[in-house]
Amino acid sequence: MVDKKFKIGNKIFNSRLIVGTGKYKSFSECAKAIKTSGADIVTVAVRRVNISDKNKARLMDYIDPKKITYLPNTAGCFTAEDAIRTLRLAREIGGWRLVKLEVLGDKRNLFPEMIETLRSTELLTKEGFKVMVYCNDDPLMAKRLENAGAVAIMPLAAPIGSGLGIQNKVNIKIIRQQTKLPLIIDAGLGQASDATIAMELGCDGVLINTAIAKAKNPIQMAEAMKLAVISGRKSFLSGRISPNLLGSASTTNRGII
Amino acid sequence: MNFKNKIKITVNGKQMQIFPKYSLKSLITKLNMPINKIAIELNKKIIDKKRISKIQLKKDDKVEIVHFIGGG
Repeated sequence: MVDKKFKIGNKIFNSRLIVGTGKYKSFSECAKAIKTSGADIVTVAVRRVNISDKNKARLMDYIDPKKITYLPNTAGCFTAEDAIRTLRLAREIGGWRLVKLEVLGDKRNLFPEMIETLRSTELLTKEGFKVMVYCNDDPLMAKRLENAGAVAIMPLAAPIGSGLGIQNKVNIKIIRQQTKLPLIIDAGLGQASDATIAMELGCDGVLINTAIAKAKNPIQMAEAMKLAVISGRKSFLSGRISPNLLGSASTTNRGII
Repeated sequence: MNFKNKIKITVNGKQMQIFPKYSLKSLITKLNMPINKIAIELNKKIIDKKRISKIQLKKDDKVEIVHFIGGG
């Protein structure tokens, strides 16, 4: 079965795996992991330049934004105003319009503050941004985000960085059924099988940072995640058998001795 | 160095002293910032990078210079 293209806001991407660039030991490890993962979108954050260390290495020196799509995020923002300020700055750095909105509501569990997230989505969309939205796995909120102009719905699997895997498959399936927008699991995956499950649920992609960056061998985990996403997608497209409580022999009884 | 004529500004939360009529471009050059990899805010307003040579810094100005770092 030929797969449909992975398209976000009129742009087509080859890989369904989006990778974060935080928490790596070094920029060179990060760059190597990204290359191995095959990702063609990476998330990046906007922060103050260290003015006292002018020669400090910069992310852009290791990961070329001409070769890979930077997806600026709003990590650490707790209000719509913070998020909009951050993304306007990101746009000013180099014209980025495709962005990841992430407005948090609680410093410990890092759950999204959905009222501010919805407000930010509306405001940013009006300003011409194409907004991929980190959100709760709530089908009603996902619908509101879609109506507000989001270009991708990105529900969490579990709290950011928790590695718990998808906690509410039912909600993800309901969101899948109701939206034609790209559905991308954003946070909380821990291992390759979690990525496969996300893809088998019918998600269009996954976004992974901590599970790769903090693995004992990040480069190998990047490859595992790449294969897991491909595997899960193929499994989804292949049409699984119906689950059955009873057994069904694989070998015929005809000709038995 | 004569500090009497200098004015105080804040850059990324740190106080700096500059001579009056110092342009934003001079500041960026002095700090050795690659212009194509940063964005600049002056008193919470985003500055068009093409205009920085025309902007003179004033006493108590607050400058923010940001770039991309790793993030999820």
